[in-house]
Amino acid sequence: MNMLSEVAVEKVLEKPMNIIPLKMVGKDVSVYYGDKRALYDVNLDVRENTVTALIGPSGCGKSTFLRSLNRMNDTIEGCKVTGRIALDGDDIYDASIDVVELRARVGMVFQKPNPFPKSIYENIAYGPKIHGLARSKADFDQIVEASLQRAGLWNEVKDRLHEGGTGLSGGQQQRLCIARAIAVSPEVILMDEPCSALDPIATAKVEELIHELRANYTIVIVTHSMQQAARVSQRTAMFHLGHLVEENDTDKMFTNPDDQRTQDYIMGRFG
Amino acid sequence: MTNALSPADAAVISRAPARRDIGIKRRYAAERRFRAYGIAALAFGIIFLFLLLSTVVRNGYTAFQQTAIALPVEFTEKLIDPDNKRATDPSVLIAANYTAVARDAIVKALGVDAQNKADVRAANAMLSKSAPIQLRDMVVADPSLIGKTVTVSFLADAQIDSANKGQVDLTVPESNRKVSDRQIGWMQQLSASGAMAKQFNTGLFTSGNSSRPEAAGLGVALVGSLYLMLIVLVLALPIGVAASIYLEEFAPKNRLTDLIEVNINNLAAVPSIVYGLLGLAVFINFAGLPRSAPLVGGLVLTLMTLPTIIIATRAALRAVPPSIRAAALGLGASKMQMVFHHVLPLAMPGILTGTIIGLAHALGETAPLLLIGMVAFVADIPGSPMEPSTALPVQIYMWANEAERAFVERTSGAIIVLLLFLIVMNLGAILLRRRFERRW
Repeated sequence: MNMLSEVAVEKVLEKPMNIIPLKMVGKDVSVYYGDKRALYDVNLDVRENTVTALIGPSGCGKSTFLRSLNRMNDTIEGCKVTGRIALDGDDIYDASIDVVELRARVGMVFQKPNPFPKSIYENIAYGPKIHGLARSKADFDQIVEASLQRAGLWNEVKDRLHEGGTGLSGGQQQRLCIARAIAVSPEVILMDEPCSALDPIATAKVEELIHELRANYTIVIVTHSMQQAARVSQRTAMFHLGHLVEENDTDKMFTNPDDQRTQDYIMGRFG
Repeated sequence: MTNALSPADAAVISRAPARRDIGIKRRYAAERRFRAYGIAALAFGIIFLFLLLSTVVRNGYTAFQQTAIALPVEFTEKLIDPDNKRATDPSVLIAANYTAVARDAIVKALGVDAQNKADVRAANAMLSKSAPIQLRDMVVADPSLIGKTVTVSFLADAQIDSANKGQVDLTVPESNRKVSDRQIGWMQQLSASGAMAKQFNTGLFTSGNSSRPEAAGLGVALVGSLYLMLIVLVLALPIGVAASIYLEEFAPKNRLTDLIEVNINNLAAVPSIVYGLLGLAVFINFAGLPRSAPLVGGLVLTLMTLPTIIIATRAALRAVPPSIRAAALGLGASKMQMVFHHVLPLAMPGILTGTIIGLAHALGETAPLLLIGMVAFVADIPGSPMEPSTALPVQIYMWANEAERAFVERTSGAIIVLLLFLIVMNLGAILLRRRFERRW
């Protein structure tokens, strides 16, 4: 399976960016928290089987944009989203789209590892259980093993699947959360600074994992680390003060950005 | 230190800057003072708790024992059914003169001259006034006893009981105490023959109230309190938890919900007697429910307990980390699934603690029950929550108002029972909490 994913990654990498189909499309997206406007008419597309990195200084709106992609902003009191965000061409804010179904298709990994205070097995099996993706014990076992395999955690935890998920180290917990997210077979995985609470070794493992996951999933990642964006992503979008400053191929972004502000941010002149 | 400092070295050291006074000593002194205050406060509390408990136990432990007198009783047909009509008219067995039967038994056992009226009266006073009723109940249950001689264990009169427990000061002149020297002599006689002995007071737990202290028990109050607790638990826990979940997780945050929150907090501070008035007006006068019934008491206590449970539950729900909610929602759980699969189980220990505090509060509540008539004299154990009953704290209150010496120990005994009831409930809460407790 690892072999296969390598091949798939290579296949995608071969293609020039502009012919990779669009998975999600954001058009004139604005987000308001009460009277405060957090995003100004952002136009940003997410391409299939691509890692898109969102960078920018704190408070620039990159997390807000990420959270509007699976409507996690709905849970914030007084938050309003205008514009259009589409997943495979369907407006996700349309009344016909159910938010529960949307989140099953667009999974999320959070900044701080947040496993449920249950066993590792239950953590993974919870999503498939509520969505009815598995019926028998064998199905669940299979999903749990496959998810942990993909998250690169299987060998570390296979002997203690029924111990608490909170007893793992920070990096393992975060990979458990990724395994939990992929257990419901989403199409898109949103990651909100997934490595900010991890040490460099755990970070390297998660980055490697992101690289592998790309073969099967579309990934959007918010990061504060420019190096991380450069390492894991193919596309990078730079936010500043609620505006999308520049969106470009990662290679170009870090070598020859179009916008002066991007240049300054990457060079460390502000932020 | 083997090398003494040479003057040159000393000069070098003295060039170091002077140590600043940053108040180290003062800070440590403040900390020590604070600790001392804490220990003093704790010691103060423990001393008073100890005083309280020791007083109650010292006064009350004797209530768990009761003096009984075992006497051979002749169920003489001439006294009970002189005209031999019991086959046709069973009511003669109820109306018969059992007082005489009991009196004959004690007079005979003590060897008192039956012609000496004063002695007979004094001897008869040794037995509880419930003795004839006890005999009547025996005969009505089994008429074949008539004509036989059976040994029956009677309750001793409260005064005799007190004297037997050493609570009567015998140095007081005879005319100033309720137990005569003659009776003391008979007591010694009965004790020596083994007829009179102290036994465990089962009647305290099984009998209803009585104006005769030796026959008065907590049975009605225990059953009443049990009904009250069940009603409060069954009503207040689901309603309170459901209301809290709605307010905390689903309700929009606006003026109206703010107003509701403020009012719930205020309701928790409303004097309980006001709830009694409310219950009287709504449940008894308007809804027409029976007076003195545990059902009404339970409803009133439910209203009183709800704010406590709601406040505790909301605090417990708020203490669940938002990251758990985000994790569940991010996986595509609906809000309802998020609450019931993740938030509620984590909040359960806090909810249970709040519920038990509310229940314990309700268990000890007297004032609202007085207003809805649960302060009545009830002798029969209620078979359902619709029948008249009292409750433990009300029974304590009623006994505390009684003048007789023997009610003092019973009042304290009832307090001990109430405290035990509370301890059992708290133990249950701790066990439940252990079961639900999870780390995160």
